[in-house]
Amino acid sequence: MTPYAALLRKDLRVELRTLRSLPAMALFAVTTFVIFRFGLDREQLEGDLAAGVLVATLLFAALLAINRLFVAEREEGGFDLVRLAPIDGTVLFAAKASALVIYLVVLELIAVPIFALFFLDSASGLLPLALILLLADIGLAATGTVISTIATMSTARDLLAPLILLPLLVPVVIAAAGAGEHLLASGGPDYGRFGTWLLLLGLYDSVFLLVGYAVFDFLLED
Amino acid sequence: MANALSFLTLRRLAVATVIVLAAGYSLAFFAAPEDADQGFIQKIFYLHVPLATVALLGFIVAAGWAILHLRTGDPRYDARSYVSIHISVIFGLAVLITGAIWAKGSWGVWWEWKEPTLVSFLIIFLLYATYYPLRYAIEDRDQQARYSSVFAITAGAFVPLNFLAVRLAQPLIHPRTFSSAGGLPDSMLWPFLVCLVGMAMLWTTLIWFELDAKAARGDLKRIRRALEATA
Amino acid sequence: MTPLLALESNTGYVAGAYLVFLLLLLIYVAIMAARLQRIQRELRELGDLADRSRPGQDIGEVHEREERIESVREEARR
Repeated sequence: MTPYAALLRKDLRVELRTLRSLPAMALFAVTTFVIFRFGLDREQLEGDLAAGVLVATLLFAALLAINRLFVAEREEGGFDLVRLAPIDGTVLFAAKASALVIYLVVLELIAVPIFALFFLDSASGLLPLALILLLADIGLAATGTVISTIATMSTARDLLAPLILLPLLVPVVIAAAGAGEHLLASGGPDYGRFGTWLLLLGLYDSVFLLVGYAVFDFLLED
Repeated sequence: MANALSFLTLRRLAVATVIVLAAGYSLAFFAAPEDADQGFIQKIFYLHVPLATVALLGFIVAAGWAILHLRTGDPRYDARSYVSIHISVIFGLAVLITGAIWAKGSWGVWWEWKEPTLVSFLIIFLLYATYYPLRYAIEDRDQQARYSSVFAITAGAFVPLNFLAVRLAQPLIHPRTFSSAGGLPDSMLWPFLVCLVGMAMLWTTLIWFELDAKAARGDLKRIRRALEATA
Repeated sequence: MTPLLALESNTGYVAGAYLVFLLLLLIYVAIMAARLQRIQRELRELGDLADRSRPGQDIGEVHEREERIESVREEARR
């Protein structure tokens, strides 16, 4: 078994064992939907509002998830164990980022249908939206893994990770919400700028996967 | 090469900067014609855009120093990266304030979400502002330097992407943007270029100044340590 | 032909923007000046510390006198 696969299984197994994390995350998403329902005083959402609520909720759930996945490991000492082993930093980066993507995808598989149930009158835009969300998750995982690893080593890790991560994720939010605005439009999905958003997300993912791949070794040095 | 550059001292650069900036802004106000559409308010362009351009280049330069730092481990590159970000953040603050004033003068509002450069700068400023708490939250000196370099590289890669993304987010109809350097008549282009060069020289002067101050403080610490050891 | 510096309300904004820039620059200079003062103070302290801890203080004075004589000679030569 390659080191990559071994690390990935470890992370996922940790998650499966600590099932408390995923249901809590899904619960957080659903509760946030309720808050938006009352905060915006709306029962139906469409277009840019729908996209905004969904993307914002998923974003904050992802921040919590990143905190959970990486901070927890730091406190349990798992991170230090891996650093001692002669594993390539790039493998660790790939494993962590993959674990985070899978986690986010599962979260979305739960949260998005519930969102549609609560607020949307048609589910036709959801399938192309799923593609957008997948690309967004990859970008989120790339930057999230790098930044949370930096923040984990600091003394103010809880506050720093979201603080640094949120501006970095603005392009992802722009693309996801921009696409969502058209896909969740009231008259049915509109593919107007779909290609543009796909390209932006693709570019973002490529750049930050490359950056993560290049710098992760330096984060693991003593 | 060292002999050629030794002609360039901080003092000479500072003097040259003052001369170039004075020339640039004299040209901007007395040689460049008033903009037909925007009127006198367009004169802010000669201040705001050079500041913005130099700040952005500064962030990219910082990322470059950071890459060199990671590859060589030389702490001088880390110092240069830190100082570059520091000065660029200050320039960025100036960009935001002058941009707000320009917006107020042009459209009557202190902030305009439809102005892509202004919004991009806000995001970049918010990102680089986290550089300071990040540095001070990591206690080990080497680790602090290494992690800061990783941040500088990540943020540097982010800058062009951010500009692209914000531009794409702008509504396709009724955009509200400040005038840009593209398509300028020569009578405006030359003053702008002189101001741009002047700002770049100002940035370099400040960087040099900061690095010298840092080095002096470092020397002081060394001397103090040596003296206190023998006392 | 429009006057060179149109005295409309917009002059205020342009002046304001340039003033803000100058202000930021001056604040920066002030902060650096404060730092310089601190460095100078530390240098003085270290000088005192050096004088106290090194027993060759007399030798130091001799060196100083020698340097002063040398510099006077230089002046005379020029």
